[in-house]
Amino acid sequence: MLSKRIIPCLDVKDGRTVKGVNFVDLRDAGDPVELAAQYAQQGADELVFLDITATHERRKTMIEMVKSVARQLNIPFTIGGGISEIADAEALLNAGADKISINSAAVRNPKLIEELAKAFGVQFVVLAVDTKYINGKNMVHLNGGRLITELETENWIKQAEDLGAGEILLTSMDHDGTKAGFDCGLLGKINHMINIPIIASGGAGNMEHFTEVFQKANVDAALAASVFHYGEILIPDLKQELKRNHIPVRI
Amino acid sequence: MIGIINYGAGNIFSLTAALARLNIAYGMVNNEDELEKYSHMIIPGVGHAGAAMEKLKDTGLIEAIKKLSKPVLGICVGMQLLTEHSEEGDSTLLNIIPVMTKKFDKTLSIKIPHMGWNAIQHTNNSLFKGIENNEQFYFVHSYFIEYNPTFDIASADYGLKFSAAIQKNNFYGVQFHPEKSGKAGELILKNFSNLSL
Repeated sequence: MLSKRIIPCLDVKDGRTVKGVNFVDLRDAGDPVELAAQYAQQGADELVFLDITATHERRKTMIEMVKSVARQLNIPFTIGGGISEIADAEALLNAGADKISINSAAVRNPKLIEELAKAFGVQFVVLAVDTKYINGKNMVHLNGGRLITELETENWIKQAEDLGAGEILLTSMDHDGTKAGFDCGLLGKINHMINIPIIASGGAGNMEHFTEVFQKANVDAALAASVFHYGEILIPDLKQELKRNHIPVRI
Repeated sequence: MIGIINYGAGNIFSLTAALARLNIAYGMVNNEDELEKYSHMIIPGVGHAGAAMEKLKDTGLIEAIKKLSKPVLGICVGMQLLTEHSEEGDSTLLNIIPVMTKKFDKTLSIKIPHMGWNAIQHTNNSLFKGIENNEQFYFVHSYFIEYNPTFDIASADYGLKFSAAIQKNNFYGVQFHPEKSGKAGELILKNFSNLSL
């Protein structure tokens, strides 16, 4: 049986991980390579790196980081942030990234999904969607939730699947940062509509939240950042807890 | 030393990185002469099986590969190339191992691609030396190799039982990505590099 995946997400700026990380045995918490290796050793099933740099030098630094990660890491990883054309994606693929995640560039130009899927296969293309509940509708947002679009989340995800997205990373902006649990209602609804894997994101605060999102929404994977980085949830403990609840995991 | 068939089907950075981490020497095979230089061969591959087969044809290496008597390991689409035929693009493949590559059926209420970690049951082949049954490996694929007990050396379940690894004589194939499958995957690469026939 296919295991449910646990995915720590790392924010990267200028080739360095940001957000406090307090693993005791890390020499350099800002070193993405060391941090990634640490997560792999703990039993993370996959990693997501989100590039939040805005400088022109970004791409070059990022490619070097991706290469360093790929040299050391023996689990799959996804790179997201600022990917807007085929050339960006190709450079990341050649540097060893397993998948890329696209967000605003796909909203601006949905054909990008199709082009990427055609060039590199659907398994390479993760569509990240930030969603917020506004006036009774789930609306796609950009810029970390600051900018509303005209797209309804359900329609956009369905369209993206048809265009060739291989996986959906759905972040609920209403739940993100609350530590009150994932948006199981929306995740379950979307999961029911599509035939590609979906990663739940936004709201993880404790281990029960992970159990809940797998049991209620039956998502394929759950992603979190701070609860892992600050050591509030240790991945080996989380996996044991999920296993106790009869959720298939890799231990 | 391992020779990697360099035919342009997908990225091999992660594979070479894994071999380097394991201190397994490797080089690239671009033509028939270079086949001679290595004791073991890996056929990598991601993407479309039919397109991969066309690219492999372009290297002019097909007949030489079929005649190889040293250990050969096909990974993912590289494994599917060893089979007779793929439903992907209705493609005729190398037919080194007479089994079929088929598309996962979404009416089995499974998501496609099969993406993530899944457990395998193996038959104690040397390639799986030191690997426990039910060990999990990382898979990413939409097409699978039908289970055939004659050639199966490891199976997995996803809607149905399929071959996660096959073997015939010196030819081996794994559907999962050993270079992305943690320590267990690294052990597969190590075992392969130690195979002697």
